Amino acid sequence: MSTVGSLTRATLAKDLRLEWRSKDAINSMLFFSLLVVVIFSFSFDPTAEESRRIAGGLVWVAFLFAAVVALNQTWAREMRNQVLDAYRVSPAPPNALFLAKVIGNFIFVTVLQALMTPLFIVFYNLSALGPAYQLPIVAALGTWALVVNGTFFAAMSLRTRSREIMLPLLLFPISIPALLAMVEATSAILTGEYSARFWIVLLAAYDLVFTIASLFLFGFVLQAE
Amino acid sequence: MLPVSDLPPVSSAVSVTGLVKQFGRFAALRGVSAEFAPGRLYAILGDNGAGKTTLLRALAGLTPPTRGTVSMLGTTDLRSVCGQLGYMAHPSLLYDEMSGMENLRYFARLYDVADSDLRCADVIRAVKLDPSLTRPVGQYSQGMRQRMSLARALLNDPKILLLDEPFSNVDVRSAQEMVKLLTGSRDAGKTIFVVTHQASLLEGAADEFVWMEAGQIVSRTPDLRATLETR
Repeated sequence: MSTVGSLTRATLAKDLRLEWRSKDAINSMLFFSLLVVVIFSFSFDPTAEESRRIAGGLVWVAFLFAAVVALNQTWAREMRNQVLDAYRVSPAPPNALFLAKVIGNFIFVTVLQALMTPLFIVFYNLSALGPAYQLPIVAALGTWALVVNGTFFAAMSLRTRSREIMLPLLLFPISIPALLAMVEATSAILTGEYSARFWIVLLAAYDLVFTIASLFLFGFVLQAE
Repeated sequence: MLPVSDLPPVSSAVSVTGLVKQFGRFAALRGVSAEFAPGRLYAILGDNGAGKTTLLRALAGLTPPTRGTVSMLGTTDLRSVCGQLGYMAHPSLLYDEMSGMENLRYFARLYDVADSDLRCADVIRAVKLDPSLTRPVGQYSQGMRQRMSLARALLNDPKILLLDEPFSNVDVRSAQEMVKLLTGSRDAGKTIFVVTHQASLLEGAADEFVWMEAGQIVSRTPDLRATLETR
C-alpha cells in the first residue's frame, strides 16, 4: 500500500521532471527577481549602511513576488488537460499532493535564492554584522511560510476566473506576520543591532500553525468544484 | 479503499436516486433515477447539454450532486470505492511534457498498482500504442492521446469504467479496435458507461442505449435504431 510519503515522493519527482523540461517557473522567477535587484539598485544607489537597513525588506519582497509566479505555475500545470481530475478520482490522499507541491515550490524558491543572493550581495554591498549562521535558518523558515500558504491559496483560487490576481489578494494579507518576521530577522542579522531570535521563533510558530491548518483543509479545497 | 473481495454483493453496480445537479439557476440534471447492472456496457446518448457529462462526473464523484444519491458497488461513499473506478474525460488527463509510459507510471503509483511497469506496458499495448515511445504526449496526434487516455483509465483494472467521448477525433479503425477492447472488458465483468455522439460504433456492442434529454433519462433500450427513431 502506498503511503503519503511515497506518493509525495512520486508527485514531487513528477513535478521536478516537468519543471526541468519546461523551466516555466524558474525562468519567470529568475527574470522577475533580476529586474527587482537591478531596478532598485539603480533607483536608490544606497551606501553600505543604508543597504543593511533596507535589504531585509527588499530581498523578501522580491522573493515574495517571484514566488507568486511559481505558485501560479504549479497548479496551472495540473489544470492543463484537467489532470487534477485524474488525481481527484484516484484513491491517493490529498495531503500527498499538497506536500509534494509545497516541497516542490520550496525547492524552486530556494534555487532562486541561491542564485540571487550573490547578486544582492554585490549590488547592495552587503555583509552581515550579526550572526550570519542564522540567515539560512531565516531563509528556510521564511520560504516555507511563503510556499505553504501560497500553495494552499493558489489551489483555492484555481477555479476562479482571474486566479493570477486572486492569489496575491489572498496570500499577501495573510503573509504579513510572516513577512514582518522575515524582514525583521534579516535586518537584525545584517545590522547586528538587535537579536533575531524572537522573530525566528515567531516564524517557526507561524510555519507550524499554517502547515497544520493547510494540511487539514486541503482535502476540502481539492474536492471543491 | 475497500478491496473488491470485501465489497458486499450487489445486484446493481451503479444506482442513482433523484439526482439533481444545479449550476446556479441552471439544472444540468433534473431528478435522474436509474439502476445499472454489473457487467454491462451502457451507451449514454443525447444532444449537447442533455446532462451526459454531468451524470458521468457525478458518478465519478467529481461533481457533488445538489440533491439525490449515487451508489456505486453497494456504497454511497464513493471515496471508498474510487480505486475500483476508471475515468476518461474529454480532455486527456495526461501531462503533455511526459511520455505515455512516464504518465502511466505516475498514475500507477496513485493506484498502488503492483508490477506497475509491466501493467503500464500491457495497457499501452492493449490500446495499440507502443510503450517504448519516448515522445511526450503533447506531441501525440489527438487520436493517440485519446487511446493513451483510455490506457490510463484501464490502468487500475477497474470494476467500473466511465468514458466521456472516447472516440472523438479517433479514426474509424482505431475506434472499432477501442470498441473491441471495451466489449472484451465488459465480457470480463466490467460495467462500462460510454458517453458518445458516435452511437453507431456501439451498435451490436452496447447492452443498452440510454437517451438523455434536458437533464433526465428519457429512454433505455437495447436497440439503437429504436432509440434514434423515437428522437
